Amino acid sequence: MNDEQYDTSIDCREALHRVYHFLDGEMTPERRDQIARHLDRCAPCLRAFGFETELRRLIANGCRDEVPDELRTRIAVAIDHEHKQRLKAGGLAGGAEL
Amino acid sequence: MADQETFADDTSGFMGSLYTAALRMTRNPSDAQDLVQETYLKAYRGYGGFEAGTNLKAWLYRILTNTFINTYRSRARRPEETELDDVEELYLFRRLGGRDEGIGRSAEDEALSWITDDEIKEALESLPENFRMTVLLADVEGFSYKEIADIMDVPIGTVMSRLHRGRRALEKALHDFGVARGLVAAR
Repeated sequence: MNDEQYDTSIDCREALHRVYHFLDGEMTPERRDQIARHLDRCAPCLRAFGFETELRRLIANGCRDEVPDELRTRIAVAIDHEHKQRLKAGGLAGGAEL
Repeated sequence: MADQETFADDTSGFMGSLYTAALRMTRNPSDAQDLVQETYLKAYRGYGGFEAGTNLKAWLYRILTNTFINTYRSRARRPEETELDDVEELYLFRRLGGRDEGIGRSAEDEALSWITDDEIKEALESLPENFRMTVLLADVEGFSYKEIADIMDVPIGTVMSRLHRGRRALEKALHDFGVARGLVAAR
């Protein structure tokens, strides 16, 4: 490994500052590599990144709600009603292209 | 041009996540149902203008978001807060454990397992609306910065800023729940 020659390494402060960007995948490949290399050799930062990843997963999975059956029904009925109105309005010939 | 005949099939799969988003936005199941219904109706009416093969989920979310802003936000009982206090980076991580556990899960990850779904929902709902919606779109629905910018009709820079600040505020809210439950020492 020879990155001492071209010092493109970043320190912990810089790595941690970018944890959200990194996990969002909204980063240039170069920057991403820099951080990945840092994480390869820095266990504390790796733990911080791992934690934020786990937290993100928890938030995504924690916000799940059952759709009430009555809502599905209401919506189906409302759209069906709308559909029938359109067919009436468009006359009997062909579909109602609007 | 998309076909209204296929609308139900094309869009029914999104109802769950739209409903979840509506709940977090309105914080009220009755309003959330109305919001989702209105969204589906508007989407149905405008479906002829949707370009088939493009991002249907983002299109639906844009309708949901606009409908929420135009219809429900103006009825909010408390005044719209646009400011968030600055919260330190890695707020939650720095306060949970920190000891090197060696094998097994770290103290921080273990502490996370105590957070309930209700607390996550409540923590998200405690954020001011613009921050709440941005974090929801990114972390619950997985939209990119660009998609969020399109959905909320704001510049990408605004998305990034709201996301960073909103996430930190969310971590602080979760930390406060942990303290309230006696699981975390206040720090």
